[in-house]
Amino acid sequence: MTKFINSVKKYFNYMIYAAKAELNSEVANSYLGWLWWLLNPLFFMLIYAFVSVVVFKSGEPYFAAFVFIGLSLWDFFNRVVSASPRLVVNNKEIVSKVYLPKYILLIEKIFVSFFKMLISLLLVVFMLFLYKVDISLYVFNFIPILVVLVILTFGVSSILLHFGVFVDDLSNLVSVGLKLVFYLSGIFYLVSKRIPSPYNNMLLWCNPIAYFIESSRNAILYAKPIDYSILFVWLIIGIVLSVIGIKTINKYENSYVKVIK
Amino acid sequence: MKKEKIAISIKDLFISYRDIKKFSIRKTLFSREKTTLYTAIRGVSFDIKKGEIVGICGKNGSGKSTLLRAIAGIFSADKGTINLNNNSVSLLSIGVGFQKKLTGYDNIFLSGMLLGFSKEQIDAKLNDIIEFSELGDFIYKPVSSYSSGMYSKLAFSITAILETDIMLIDEVLSVGDVAFKEKSYNKMKELISDENRTVVIVSHSSKTLEELCDRVIWLHEGKILEDGKPEEVVSHYEEFIKNQI
Repeated sequence: MTKFINSVKKYFNYMIYAAKAELNSEVANSYLGWLWWLLNPLFFMLIYAFVSVVVFKSGEPYFAAFVFIGLSLWDFFNRVVSASPRLVVNNKEIVSKVYLPKYILLIEKIFVSFFKMLISLLLVVFMLFLYKVDISLYVFNFIPILVVLVILTFGVSSILLHFGVFVDDLSNLVSVGLKLVFYLSGIFYLVSKRIPSPYNNMLLWCNPIAYFIESSRNAILYAKPIDYSILFVWLIIGIVLSVIGIKTINKYENSYVKVIK
Repeated sequence: MKKEKIAISIKDLFISYRDIKKFSIRKTLFSREKTTLYTAIRGVSFDIKKGEIVGICGKNGSGKSTLLRAIAGIFSADKGTINLNNNSVSLLSIGVGFQKKLTGYDNIFLSGMLLGFSKEQIDAKLNDIIEFSELGDFIYKPVSSYSSGMYSKLAFSITAILETDIMLIDEVLSVGDVAFKEKSYNKMKELISDENRTVVIVSHSSKTLEELCDRVIWLHEGKILEDGKPEEVVSHYEEFIKNQI
């Protein structure tokens, strides 16, 4: 673990620079440049809002913000987890030429996705003003939710990163799994209302993303408290997974290059 | 009392490739292929003194590149140890790791940081690198748009100008056009002439080995066959190659 902390310190500037460069390169050749960081989530939101409001005639209070909170959190988790199995292979140019702790690649990916999530959360703030939502002190509950989300995402992804090196079709499997989680996370609907009891509570207990999303909405939009005991359980699970992931990567990372070349 | 410091010490090194490579879930579930173990380095030990220039020769597949990568910390040793005594090390080979979609400019910083330099140190040498690479305005274009020659020029420039304590050179002398080859050869001579720099060169060229090195190690099938003065080892090696043909 001390090795992990030391290398995060040592490579911190590298990660920041790499994340910035990656973000810049995504928009460097487009006409609207960095505006796409805003426009992309905005257009998606409009599409989803259209589908849910007009086609399915569903709606919760503050529906646009409701969907958008869900999407922001989901996109973060989805981006990082779906990229992780192929992270080492996709960076083999670097990995085969210079030593780099492999979780640095993952943390850089998390930085990039986190930044994108912050942008779309900025749109949420904008919507809160439009809807004139009464913001309560419960809004601060959103911060621990984000922290646990990041830790859990890191934990899951670090383990997938390791196995992704050896198992070629893991990324296909992961994308199927993510699709399932996507529909079970209540991004366009309220899990506790739309899914019959007792399955809705089971889902909120077992699917961390569904729980994170519903709690975030309660914290930000509906001025309701969140269930800290579940959050605490996921924090512990996240930390355990992260430690396992880091230990596995530390142990095997120098043989990755032998496999991927 | 040792007069000279040891820069690299390698003890009883074994490196093997397990021939599983990648596998898919289907393959593991439905077939029982045996994994074969291929040992590239079999019990190599030597010390390299600080400031020494060591050449490594041997035919293809004798484990030269594997050895360099192991010294660079990219491969793990299966047995034995490699001790670099806290020296910084860079592997100068055709193409340092570039991120293709980023610009050459960004890649200079990223590669530099991976070699352990700070942003300020790289900033200070930035102009030298760009100038040496002869890329001009292309430095602000994504690396994916580079020709293979430009790619190697940039790679060489970065590692050549950001100087590390130990430089590992893998057949780098065949980079770019004739003019750049000449230029990089001279640059290498200059780098090597620094008394504090330890250099390990892998090369097939007898000229390089005899001109540049203080000592040559001949690797054969993962073992050291000979270790000594360049003229002797190279002539033995050449004789051996002739007999093989």
